Amino acid sequence: MVNGKKLVVSASPHLRSTQTTTRIMLDVIISLIPALVAAIFIFGPRVICVAAVSISSAVLSEYVCRKVMKRHQTIGDLSAIVTGLILALNLPATIPYWIAAIGSIVAIVVVKQFFGGIGQNFANPAITARIVLLLSFGAQMGNWATPLSWKNEITTTATPLAVGYQAIESGTDVSLLDMFLGLRGGCLGETCALALILGGVYLIARKVISPAIPLTYIGTVALIMLIAGKGDLGFVAYQVMGGGLLLGAFFMATDYSTCPIKVRGKIIFGIGCGIITALIRLFASMTEGVSFAILIMNLLVPFIDRATIPKPFGTPKKEKKSKEAANA
Amino acid sequence: MAEKKSLRKEFTKGLISENPVMRLVLGTCPTLAVTTSIVNALGMGVSAMIVLVCSNIVISALRKIIPSKVRIPAYIVIIASFVTIVQMIVKAFVPALDKSLGVFLPLIVVNCIILGRAEAFAGKNGVIASAVDGLGMGVGFTIALCCMGAIREVIGAGTIFAGAESLLSIAGITGFDGFTLIGENSMINPMTIFILAPGGFFTFGILMACANKLAEKKGKPRAELGGCSACPMAKNCALLAKGEECGEKKEEAAV
Repeated sequence: MVNGKKLVVSASPHLRSTQTTTRIMLDVIISLIPALVAAIFIFGPRVICVAAVSISSAVLSEYVCRKVMKRHQTIGDLSAIVTGLILALNLPATIPYWIAAIGSIVAIVVVKQFFGGIGQNFANPAITARIVLLLSFGAQMGNWATPLSWKNEITTTATPLAVGYQAIESGTDVSLLDMFLGLRGGCLGETCALALILGGVYLIARKVISPAIPLTYIGTVALIMLIAGKGDLGFVAYQVMGGGLLLGAFFMATDYSTCPIKVRGKIIFGIGCGIITALIRLFASMTEGVSFAILIMNLLVPFIDRATIPKPFGTPKKEKKSKEAANA
Repeated sequence: MAEKKSLRKEFTKGLISENPVMRLVLGTCPTLAVTTSIVNALGMGVSAMIVLVCSNIVISALRKIIPSKVRIPAYIVIIASFVTIVQMIVKAFVPALDKSLGVFLPLIVVNCIILGRAEAFAGKNGVIASAVDGLGMGVGFTIALCCMGAIREVIGAGTIFAGAESLLSIAGITGFDGFTLIGENSMINPMTIFILAPGGFFTFGILMACANKLAEKKGKPRAELGGCSACPMAKNCALLAKGEECGEKKEEAAV
């Protein structure tokens, strides 16, 4: 009865974090705002409309889905907004609005709600929706607007990754500074490296995401590109800032329900993503492999988690093994 | 009268309540592979139905002669001969269909539904009942394939009944080759993923969820991938008799 407070007897846990799903999602939204603002500057006001369509259809489909399935409403946790926003950042600026809406519906209904809603999805909704759109509407999904062309008339260009190593070497392509500021062809949110790094650092500082996945992911890609480019640091910088690597590594690979729980697992996950991304970029017929890499590693997460179960404190190594054998 | 009624029951059970694709989860492989258009689905369904009816008739007629130890090879030989006949006929009269069905036409030999009906029904029942059972199951299979084919073709390719000319030409009708719902220059584009393999899985999953929902409303058990109820060997299974599980559930259902 210290300070006149009542002694509360309750079941554990007794120490509760003030962190809530809504707060985490709000942090993710805040961290994505720089990328969105950069995209509006680079690709013009149409970006706002694409984001609005994508977010509103994500929220609406979440609402309708929960209603139809007679489950409690979860639109209040902001997760649908995050999915819609990330999906919008993964689309080219010239995308027709109805395609953005279909993407959101696929993300929320098929990938998220069919598997039980927030926290139950086995793959990242935005990534999967992007892949569905990529396989369905290849032409529209590869229609990159030229940066800053919105002031006169929107023209389209190739993403620097597609132009290839030769063009980068001969210097006819986008400069490294342009890459850093985002003045290149690409999806809405993936071009401005500066804004993405700002957002990522904010998330890490707020302890929303662990730095393990982004660091190992980007590090692995950089290392492989360093070997593939025979030590050319410029090539490495292009590969790291090009495509959707930063967006994927900071915002999509780190999704809680689709990445491993322990740090060791996160490192395996990040390295795996990096290897697949680099292999697709170097050897496959597609120019970009971030989304496929993350999806493939998402599917492997249960196995990674099983392989990285920590040893309970105090149990000798051998005894545990024999126990496992007995259980099996 | 009683005989007639039960025959009708044998026929109708294959349509909905024991639909081979949606309820028994048999024949998944052709279901996913050939349902990219209604015409393909119809061709596959009808071919499988002919084989199913013929093999059911012959197997039930020979059921007392075939020793039970070698019944599976005997069934396969019977089924394979009918498949060969059907394949030759399709090659001769509808070469376009043969081309689009490809390897899945000869693969009817190993279609779970046909061996499953031979094992579960034709091997134990009379000729007429077996023929009716085969017809009902075949029609059910065709309906399920056409449902999937229609959804995938409309959303994935923006057409309906595309390639119908190759089927209709047997009947002497020419000039109809399906409708184009989404043209080249229209505002929207077809969603190509639906005619790719992932779209097949999406459509199959969603249709099966609907079928399960309907079955649940009628108080029937859900269809599950694998499980002894879907296994054609269940009646003769030594492990089941001992109350054990074979651990091969998913593989068997997936063939």
